[in-house]
Amino acid sequence: MAVGEVMRMEIPAGGDMSVTSPELHVLAVDDSIVDRKVIERLLRISACKVTTVESGARALQYLGLDGDKGASGLKDLKVNLIVTDYSMPGLTGYDLLKKIKESSVFREIPVVIMSSENILPRIEQCLREGAEDFLLKPVKLADVKRIKELIMRNEAEDCKTLSHSNKRKFAEYIDDASSPSPSSSSTHDESAAKDFPSSKRMKSEDEKFSSLL
Amino acid sequence: MDALVAQLQMQYRNYTVSLYQQGFLDDQFTELKKLQDDASPDFVAEVLSLFFEDCVKLIGNMARALDQTGTVDFSQVGASVHQLKGSSSSVGAKRVKGLCVTFKEYCEANNYEGCVRCLQQVDIEYKALQTKLQDMFNLEKQIIQAGGKVPQVDIN
Repeated sequence: MAVGEVMRMEIPAGGDMSVTSPELHVLAVDDSIVDRKVIERLLRISACKVTTVESGARALQYLGLDGDKGASGLKDLKVNLIVTDYSMPGLTGYDLLKKIKESSVFREIPVVIMSSENILPRIEQCLREGAEDFLLKPVKLADVKRIKELIMRNEAEDCKTLSHSNKRKFAEYIDDASSPSPSSSSTHDESAAKDFPSSKRMKSEDEKFSSLL
Repeated sequence: MDALVAQLQMQYRNYTVSLYQQGFLDDQFTELKKLQDDASPDFVAEVLSLFFEDCVKLIGNMARALDQTGTVDFSQVGASVHQLKGSSSSVGAKRVKGLCVTFKEYCEANNYEGCVRCLQQVDIEYKALQTKLQDMFNLEKQIIQAGGKVPQVDIN
């Protein structure tokens, strides 16, 4: 069986991200109990699963990023999106954003910042640090719908991009395989792809093939 | 029965519109109503209840911070004002939010008298809103008890 066939099996033609559930799981972070209640409802009504926490520290704890080995058991569902308030005591939304983008495990999770203040340098700083978007409070249903569409569109595009880049790499791989090289193996380990957690499958396989080139 | 329902519904409509016209509520309150449905019929009441609890807590913080004999930590007062401004904005409590804007300016200017005045006004204002909304929710209950549906009120 050719190597290219294995990849085609793993990526559905529609380019759907192979997540286990069609619903986004959103982690919402806000120190205001009123805002937590509102954002939770906004997200639920937009067909998202929601977990709310009251601080950046609790968010890191939930994700298992706080260094406490026991905490990773708290997370029962993969987080697809983090929505966080900017102004919070302790870790600000910006600090949280940085910590997430610094993490090799979590940096792919899109982060959206919310703020009641329309401060351009603040917005720019967050976008530069890798925030997906910036919402001005009070948050409305239209804002949440827009964010959800953005996230789902990005995930679908990531799949398509990866699929194209992998096809190119396959072609190169096949070319390389025709000349003898100590690193090239005649059999491709097809089963390895299935061991990766579904949401990381795309990126992991990309890395896997680049190491064969 | 229908005549009673119709009368209550009209009362409810007029009352709701007046709350917007008198500046108690703004369109964020309308946004909250959009989030209420048969599955979550008390959502608005629940959020507002949390808001009023927040008011009590934050106003208490502000009062304590302003009560310091000696130097007042205006940034501490300001931090609570900022939080109240945020939550009032999130629920559409327009007058409370407006007062918080003024209050915040007095904090930044370290204006003690201005802060004390704002504190008193904010206390009066959130309680006034609480009473108004209680009347509005009571009208909703009466409509439902009379066998009717709470009408969607178009503000514009």
